[in-house]
Amino acid sequence: MNRSPRALALLVLPPVVFGIAFLALWEAAVNVFDFQPYFLPAPSSIWQQFLENATLIWDAAKVSGTNALVGLIAGTVLGIALSFVLGRFRLLNELVTPLAIALNAVPIFVLVAVFNNMFSITSEVPRRLMVTLVVEFIVLVNVTRGLREVGAIQLELMRSYAASEVAITRKVRVPNAVPYLFTALKIAAPAAVITAFVSEYFGGSQNGLGSRIVSNIAISKNAAAWAYVLGACLVGLAFYLVSVALERVATPGGVGRNDRDGA
Amino acid sequence: MSAAVEVHDVSKVFNAGRPNAVEALVDIDLTIEPGEFVSLIGPSGCGKSTALRLIANLLEPTSGEVLVNGKPALKARLDQDYGMAFQQAGLFDWRTVAKNVELPLELKGWDKAKRRTRALEMLDLVKLGDFADHFPWQLSGGMQQRVAIGRALAAHPPLLLMDEPFGALDEMTREHMQAELLRICGETSSTVVFVTHSIPEAVYLSTRVVVMSPRPGRITDVIGVDLGPRRGLETREAVAFFEKITEVREALRGIDTSDLA
Repeated sequence: MNRSPRALALLVLPPVVFGIAFLALWEAAVNVFDFQPYFLPAPSSIWQQFLENATLIWDAAKVSGTNALVGLIAGTVLGIALSFVLGRFRLLNELVTPLAIALNAVPIFVLVAVFNNMFSITSEVPRRLMVTLVVEFIVLVNVTRGLREVGAIQLELMRSYAASEVAITRKVRVPNAVPYLFTALKIAAPAAVITAFVSEYFGGSQNGLGSRIVSNIAISKNAAAWAYVLGACLVGLAFYLVSVALERVATPGGVGRNDRDGA
Repeated sequence: MSAAVEVHDVSKVFNAGRPNAVEALVDIDLTIEPGEFVSLIGPSGCGKSTALRLIANLLEPTSGEVLVNGKPALKARLDQDYGMAFQQAGLFDWRTVAKNVELPLELKGWDKAKRRTRALEMLDLVKLGDFADHFPWQLSGGMQQRVAIGRALAAHPPLLLMDEPFGALDEMTREHMQAELLRICGETSSTVVFVTHSIPEAVYLSTRVVVMSPRPGRITDVIGVDLGPRRGLETREAVAFFEKITEVREALRGIDTSDLA
C-alpha cells in the first residue's frame, strides 16, 4: 500500500491533534477548576510519576505482560485445537458450544477467586489460567466459523476434484480460517492484557500492574496509580500492534482481501 | 469410442418419500458425442443445473443411469474426467492466480514444476499470462471467470461442465468470453455441456441446444445448430443465427403456453 505523504498526513494528523487537544483540555480543567489530586491528577503530574517510577512500572509490566502472553499463547493453541475437534464432530459442537458460551457469561472474577484457592497464594497460574480461558473462547468462536463458512461453490469444486475430507480441510478450510484467527487475535490480545490486570485485583502476589494500581489508589497516590494505568495502556497497545503486525506477515498478498471485504 | 456423456432414463426427486418431495427431473435421455458443444436451456426451475450436477456426480440420480466416457459418473468423477466452472468463479482468495489453476493438479499429485508449467500454459490459453502471480481480488469479474475456465481445463479433461459461467458478466464481456470459449474449445477439442438461460448465448456456442421445461423438469426439444466452425462477429449478425434464435425462442414459448393451459 503506497499512500502519498498527503494521504498519510490526513490519516495520522486528526487523531494526534485530537489527542493533544484532549490532554491540553484535561490539564487546563485541572488548573482552572482547581481539582484536588485525589479527584483527578493533571496529565503533567501523571507523566512526572511515570518517569519517576519507570523502573517499577517496567517490572510490574513484565509480570502482567508475561501472564497475558502465556495465557494468550495457551488460549490460542487450545482454541484452535478445540475448533478443529468441534468442526470434525458436529454432535460434540452442539454439546460444547452452549457450555463455552455459558462459561464465558460467568463474570471472570468469580473464576479467578476459585483458581486462587486451587493454587498457592504466590502462584501466577490462576491469572494465566484466567487469561487462557478468555482467549480460548474468542479464538474458538472465530476459528470455528472460519473452518465452517466455506463457499458452497468451493466445496462443490473440491468434490468435483474427488478431494478427500483431509484435503478439503488442508486446502480450503484451514486457509479460509486464517483471517478469522487474526480477527480473533486482534480482539484477544488486548483482552488478554485486561484480564491479566483485573485478575490481580483478587489477591495473590502484589507484583503486577493491576495490583499496583489498586495499592496506589488505596494510599491516595492517585497520580502514581494513573502512571501505572498509562503503563497498562502501553502494554495493551503493544499486544495489539504485535497482533496486527503478525496478520500482515501471515496473510498472503497482504491484507487487501480483508480490506475489500470490509473485514 | 464411447459417447462423452450418456444419460439414460434419469429421474431426480429431491426429498423423496417426504411431503416436500420435488420432482426435479423426469425421464431424461441424452447422449453427447465427443467434441460436441451442448447447451441446456430453459426457464428457472427446469432442472438444467440439476442435470449438470448429475453428470458431474455431485448429485446421485433417483433412478436411471449416467455414464461419462463410458464409465459410471462416480468413477468418472474419481478419475477427474471432467472440469467444472460455475456462475461464480469460486477462486481461492489466498492463492495466486497460477496457484488457483494448479489446485486440481495438486490434488492429482502432480509435482511442483510440472504443475507450474501447465498452469502457465493454461493462463496463456485464457490470455492471462501476465497475471500469474496476481491475487484473484486484483482481477476483474471477466478475468476471474477466465481463470476459472483455465482451472477447469488444467488437467486436460475431455469434458467441460459449465453452469451459467458468464451469467454474472456484462453483455460486452460476455460476448467476448463466448468467443474466447469457442477458441479454447477449438484448441483443446473438449466436449462441453453448458447451462444457460440466454438464447443467443446457447445458439452462438452450441452444436446442439437442449430445451427443457419445468415442473417436472424434462427435455422438450433438441435443436441442432450448424453455424460453422469459425464463428465470429459476423455470425452474430447472420440470418442463420437469427433464424436459430427464433427457433429456440419458439421452442421455449411452447413451454410457456402449455404451462398456462
